[in-house]
Order: sequence, then structure tokens, then C-alpha cells
Amino acid sequence: MIEANALTKRYGATTAVSELTFTARSGRVTGFLGPNGAGKSTTMRLILGLDRPDAGTVLVDGVPYRQLKDPLRTVGAMLDATWRHPGRSGRDHLRWLAATNGIPDKRVEEVLALVGLTSVGNTRVLQYSLGMQQRLGIAAAMLGDPRVLLFDEPVNGLDPEGMAWIRQLLHSLAAEGRTVFVSSHLLPEMAQTAQDLVVIGRGRLIYQGTMADFVARTSEHGVRVRTPHTDQLRTALAGQAEFTEADGVFVVSGLDSDRIGQLAFDAGATLHELSPITGSLEQAYLDLTRDAVEFPAAPSPEAAQ
Amino acid sequence: MNLLAVERIKLFSTRSPWWCALITLALTIGFAAIIAGATPSDAQLTLSATQFGGSQFGIAVVMVLAALAVTTEYRFNTIRTTFQAVPHRSPALIAKAVVVALVALVIGEIAAFGALGLGMLMRPNDNLGLHTAQDWMNVAGLGPVFAISAVLAVALGVLIRHSAGAIALLLIYYLAVEELVQIIPKVGHHIHEWLPFNVANKFLRGSAMVDGPAPSDSPLSPGWALAYFAGIAIVFLLVALGVAKKRDA
Repeated sequence: MIEANALTKRYGATTAVSELTFTARSGRVTGFLGPNGAGKSTTMRLILGLDRPDAGTVLVDGVPYRQLKDPLRTVGAMLDATWRHPGRSGRDHLRWLAATNGIPDKRVEEVLALVGLTSVGNTRVLQYSLGMQQRLGIAAAMLGDPRVLLFDEPVNGLDPEGMAWIRQLLHSLAAEGRTVFVSSHLLPEMAQTAQDLVVIGRGRLIYQGTMADFVARTSEHGVRVRTPHTDQLRTALAGQAEFTEADGVFVVSGLDSDRIGQLAFDAGATLHELSPITGSLEQAYLDLTRDAVEFPAAPSPEAAQ
Repeated sequence: MNLLAVERIKLFSTRSPWWCALITLALTIGFAAIIAGATPSDAQLTLSATQFGGSQFGIAVVMVLAALAVTTEYRFNTIRTTFQAVPHRSPALIAKAVVVALVALVIGEIAAFGALGLGMLMRPNDNLGLHTAQDWMNVAGLGPVFAISAVLAVALGVLIRHSAGAIALLLIYYLAVEELVQIIPKVGHHIHEWLPFNVANKFLRGSAMVDGPAPSDSPLSPGWALAYFAGIAIVFLLVALGVAKKRDA
């Protein structure tokens, strides 16, 4: 479990994270979503005690990170797959890291096998492909068999097979009862991976809840209803929901299609169409974070038309 | 003890420490060979002359090795992984200083005795040998001086974090600044007496003018000179630990 409480971090005049409060539960994959520059990596560093917050606290399984004894046995993290000496072999990288927390060398071989890097363990990391580096980063996170796992953009630059592998891994880790906290700036990827969601923009919390709620809340933009009996339907909907009407087409918001169908039936209005308007998940996310993008691009000519 | 093993694995699983160690040995022993070969056969090769390479050049390469041991961690961000594994930070940095110092000590002893041995082989009639306490310090003392210099370089590496910056500062200071300070009118000489590498030289070579570079003008006894040099390195290390602990990684 990760609990952030009013976490604030400033770098000079820039406020990277502002009064951020959220919880990542154990046994769940929690997606940490936000545009580039929203403060995701800063938050990760604050959780790991690498940076000090200017205000607020963050607890890992109830304890501040810096008070953990042998922290790798409680929290495993991959913040950046390139954080390693390129001239050192993958196995040596894991060996020194394991030694910091008294983890036996036997475990190094186990995690190498887990991520499928045993055969290239003695190869210097500079010869690793991006996917292999990513796997080594995950092996490092798994070294201490931790209850809490943090991954910052783990699928960045991976091929579809690699993405599927990581998704599968995250699910099985959560199913074992671990806390899995994974950041991304891509919602579609997150939608397939995360059960819970924390969305931030410009360092502030925008949404916290389950992925299912997020999808339901943001993707229904109304129900489109077409009927020849406009008067009956208008009367039936009045006071029940908000709607707009044009040429016999109603767009109703605030009621689901089941309820609208029932109202229309009771009022004797024949329906020629009854269809929920679902904006894409991506669109919903963009709507939500539009004001929170740190470096907005100028609108493209098409979008401006 | 774990953390000493960690730093040992880190140091020896990359190539640059091996290269630096080899270069130090080659400079120290090679310079002794050049001096021994170039000394006219009717002149005497002195013990201190066999040691110039180590105390003048070797020390610079050892400091490069020590500085790189830290700055490459900042360069490749493994320092963050290290601090993630050791959140109190200081134990990890102290372990690094200890391991690098031990390696420098071993390099120093091999270099110094190698240089003396080669000198004795090349000039069997020059009565080279460890006859006095100062002779011993001149040769066996190179290891401790290398070790303390390495701690100084580790501390500076932590403070500066960039390889080029840390190495440039160390080498410019070592090769130029201490000498140039003497040019300052009135006070220059008094400042120079207390500058660390000048004091380290007092420990190694005493104050008797034998040959080569001028002897150290430090007023300290050789024993106190070593303690003073070590004290300065420890002060720098403590400052570096304090800064590293406070700083965002």
C-alpha cells in the first residue's frame, strides 16, 4: 500500500507536485496517469525517498521509505531502465544491488531466469536492446521479492510482445497480493493494465478511483434518441433529464438508455434509434487533462476548422 | 560489511579502475626505470629518485580512479539506485571511500616497491635499500598517501558529481595551484606550508634536500604531516556526506 498525503515538491520556482493525496492499494494494479511533465516521475522519486518533499508525507506499507530496513525487500522499483553502468554486465549489476540488502546471489539467478536474461547475464549492458534493458530493470525491481512495486513508464519503447509480457507480469504480481503502481502517459495502455487509476495534471490530482468508474464517468456523453413522436418524448423527458432536440433527434444526458427506452415506451413514443454516444477513452482523458498539459501544442490546422 | 562487498563488486566489474591501476603502476615503475637508466654510471642513484614517479605522477592517476568511481555513478544514475537501496546514503558513500582507499593503498605499495626493486636491479652497485626510517616512509608511505588522496578525490567527486569537472579541479589543484600560491607576496609562503599535498610530501620525503623537487616546507613532523593530510581528507568527506544526504538524488 502506498499512501501520499498532501505531497508537495518544488524545484526552484516550479511546483512539480502540489498537495497530492492518493492511495494505491495492495492486490491491485494502480495506474498513475498524466501528460508528460505532470509530476509522475517526481512523485515516484518522492515515494522512494530520493527527493525530499517540501510538504506532506508519503508512506509505503505505513512507513516512510527512509525508515525501511533493507528497503529493496519491501519496495522494488524501476524508474528508468537506463540507470546502470553500460560497461557492467547485467549479472554484475544485479549482484551489487542484491548485496546492498543482503540478498543472496541465488536470487540474482532466479530473477534473471524470471525475465529470460540468463543466457546474456554476462554480457555488458551496452549491448542490450531496449527490451532487454527493460527486462533487466524489472529483474532489479523483483530482487528483494517486494510487496510493493513501482514502475515508471515500463512499456515505453517496447514492441507489442514486450508490452503484453509486462501487462501479464503486472497482473500476476497484483494477483499475488502485491501493490503495483505503474505510471504511463498513454491511457489505452493503462486501460488494459490497471484496475485503479490515479490521474494527475500539473502536479495536482485530477481523478482517483477505479478504472471502471473512470471509463463509465468519462466515456458516456449522452444518448442519441430518434423518434417520430417528438411531443410525447419531450413531455416524458421533461423534468427527468437534460436534453437537446433538433429535427426529431434528441440528445439526452443524465439518463441511461434503459431508462430512456422505458420512459418512451410508457409515453407511447416509437423509437427509431436509441444509442449511447461513447466518446473514445482517449478523448475523455484529453478532455480531463487539457487544462493540465504543461507545454500545450498550438492547435493543428484541422482541429482549428 | 555488505556495503564493502557492494562497492568492491561495483569497482571491479567495470574497466576504468583496472586501466587507471595499470597506468599508475606503469608511470611509477617506468619513471624509476627511466631515471635509473639516465643516471650517469659514475653517479649514485638515490632512493628518493626511484620514487618520483609515484609521488609526482602516480598520485594524479589514482585520484582520477577514485573520482571516477563516484562520478560515473552520477553519470549513469546508479547513485540513485544505490540511495534507493541504502536510503541513509552515508553508509554507502563511506563504504565506497573505504574500498577505493584500500585499492589505492595496494596500488601504492606495489608501485613503490616495484619502482625500488627495479632501481635496485638496474643499479646493483648504488647501495639502494631501506636503511633509515625516512627511507621506509619514502617507499612504504606511498600507499597511505595514495589512500588518503583517493578519499579526497571521492569526496570531491560526490560534491561535484561530473567526471570532467571533478578531475579537472583535482589535477589543476594538484599540478598547479599549490606551487602558484607561493608567488603571492608575504603570505603565499605561509599558506603553502599548510597545503595538503605539500604536507603529504613532508611525510614521504622529510625535509632533507637530496635531489629532484625541492623538499616540503611544512613545519610538521613526518608523522603529524600524515595525520594532517588524513584529517583534511576526512573533513572533505564529512562535508560531502552532509551534502549528499540533503541533496535530491
